Amino acid sequence: MNVPDDLRFQSSHEWVRLEGDTAVVGISDHAQEELTDVVFVELPQMGRAVDAGDPTAVVESVKAASDIYAPISGEVIEVNDAVEADPSLVNTDPYGSGWIFKLKIKDASQLDALLDAEGYRALIG
Amino acid sequence: MSDELLCSPLEDLHLELGGRLVPFAGWNMPVMYSSILTEHQAVRSAVGVFDISHMGQFVVTGADAGSWLNGLLANDLGKLSDGTGQYTFLLNEQGGVIDDLIVYRESPERYFLVVNASKVAEDASWMTSHLQGEVEFSDESSQWAGMAIQGPEASAAFASAFPGEELPSRNGLARLADGSIVCRTGYTGEDGFELFCASESACAIFQRFMEAGATPCGLGARDSLRLEMGYPLNGSDLSPERTPLEAGLGFFVALDKGDFVGRDAMVAQKKEGLDQRLVGIEYLEKGAPPRSHYPVTDADGEVLGELASGVLSPSLGKGIGMAYLPIAFTKPGTEVWIDVRGRRFPAQVVKKPFYKPTTIPA
Repeated sequence: MNVPDDLRFQSSHEWVRLEGDTAVVGISDHAQEELTDVVFVELPQMGRAVDAGDPTAVVESVKAASDIYAPISGEVIEVNDAVEADPSLVNTDPYGSGWIFKLKIKDASQLDALLDAEGYRALIG
Repeated sequence: MSDELLCSPLEDLHLELGGRLVPFAGWNMPVMYSSILTEHQAVRSAVGVFDISHMGQFVVTGADAGSWLNGLLANDLGKLSDGTGQYTFLLNEQGGVIDDLIVYRESPERYFLVVNASKVAEDASWMTSHLQGEVEFSDESSQWAGMAIQGPEASAAFASAFPGEELPSRNGLARLADGSIVCRTGYTGEDGFELFCASESACAIFQRFMEAGATPCGLGARDSLRLEMGYPLNGSDLSPERTPLEAGLGFFVALDKGDFVGRDAMVAQKKEGLDQRLVGIEYLEKGAPPRSHYPVTDADGEVLGELASGVLSPSLGKGIGMAYLPIAFTKPGTEVWIDVRGRRFPAQVVKKPFYKPTTIPA
C-alpha cells in the first residue's frame, strides 16, 4: 500500500500536502482501493470557508457515497476539475492528478493533529 | 431473524478470490471481487458467474398442487407445461406484493419455486398458513446452493462445463445428470441460466464455470445489471403496500384466470384507476449517482416521490432509477429532477428497459 512519507493523513483517509500556505487534499491509496471504482466526485464551491472536520467533497463509487472531510481549516481556492471529468483519476493516481481540492490555510499547526505516514500505516494495518 | 449471518457454501471460495463479503438479506455475500464496473461489463460482453445460494427454493407437490398455487400466485399457472416456468407474485389480500418469484412446473403434481432470500420465512409462513387440499409444501432452501451464469457467452460456458448436457429453452427448467436443476432465467437481461445444486458440489461447479471463462461477479454488479433492465428488487421497488399494477408489472398478473389472493383489490384498483405508478427515470446529462430515497421533484422543486432504486448505469454512463410517481408524471418524456444532497439534476421519465442487451436470449 502506497503511503508517501511527505504527507499527513486523517483517520478518515484524506491526505494533505502543504505547499506554502496552501494545503492540497485528496484521499489515500488505501481509501481508493476500499472504495474501488470512483464514478463521481462532487467538488466544493470555490471560496467556501471550511473548518477541520467539515464534510467538504463527496467521492462516489457505484455502491456508495463517501464524504471527504477537510483535514485542516481554510478557504477553498482551487478544485480539481480533472477528477470531475474523469473520476477514475482518484483510483489511478490518488496522490497526484487525483487530488480533490486546495485550501488556503491560516494555521499550519493544525497539521500536528494529523497522522504522519508511519501513524497512518499503523492505522490501516 | 437472528443476528447470525448465514454462510454460502461458496464463502471460502469467495474469500480466496478476493471477494468482499457484506451482509445481505441475512447472508454474508460477496458485493464484489475487484470491481463492480469490470464485473458488470463481463456480463454485458462475455459471461459472469454469481453466487445466488441465498435465494430460497420451495417444492410443492400433490394432486392439488397446481390449483392451490394458482389461487395464491398472480400469474396464470395454467399456461405452464412441464419443464417451463414463469415470473409471478405472491400477494396479500390488498394485492400488495409479499414476494416476486419464479415458479416452474416439473410435472402437473410437482412445482419448483425460487424466491427472494429476504422473504423465505415470510413466504413459507404465508403459504403454509393457506394450505388446503392434497398439497405438500416443503422449504428446501437450506439444501440448495445456487449460481447464476449470465452473459452472451453463458451457453458456451455451460457446454464447456457440462459437456453432453443440454440447457432448457428460455424460462425452462431441466434436471442434469448429477441431480442439479438448471433454469434458463436470470436477472441481467442477457442470455444465461441459474443452476441449483447440492451444497457439497457448489465450489467445484462454480470453479468449472470460471475455467469456462466466467468472471466471478458480486451483488453490486447484479444490482446495476438488473436496474439497467428495469427489473424490480423486492424491498426497494416492490412492497406490501404496492400492487404489481402500480409497479407496472400487470403483464404478470392474470386477472381473468379466476380467483386468487389479491385479485379483488386489483380489479377494484383497475376500475378506479391508479394514483401512482413505478416509472423509469434517466438523467439528461452526467451527474451524481442517483440512489434510493433521493427525492424526485418537478420543475418547481415540489417533491413528487423518491427513488426506489438508483444507480449510475455502467453501460449508459449516466444516472438511472425507478420511482413511484403520480400518474400525471408517468408519461415518457416527462421532465423531473433528482435531488442529490440539495443539488438538482435534470432527468426524464423513460420506458424500460434503460439498456437493450445486444444479444437476444434464446
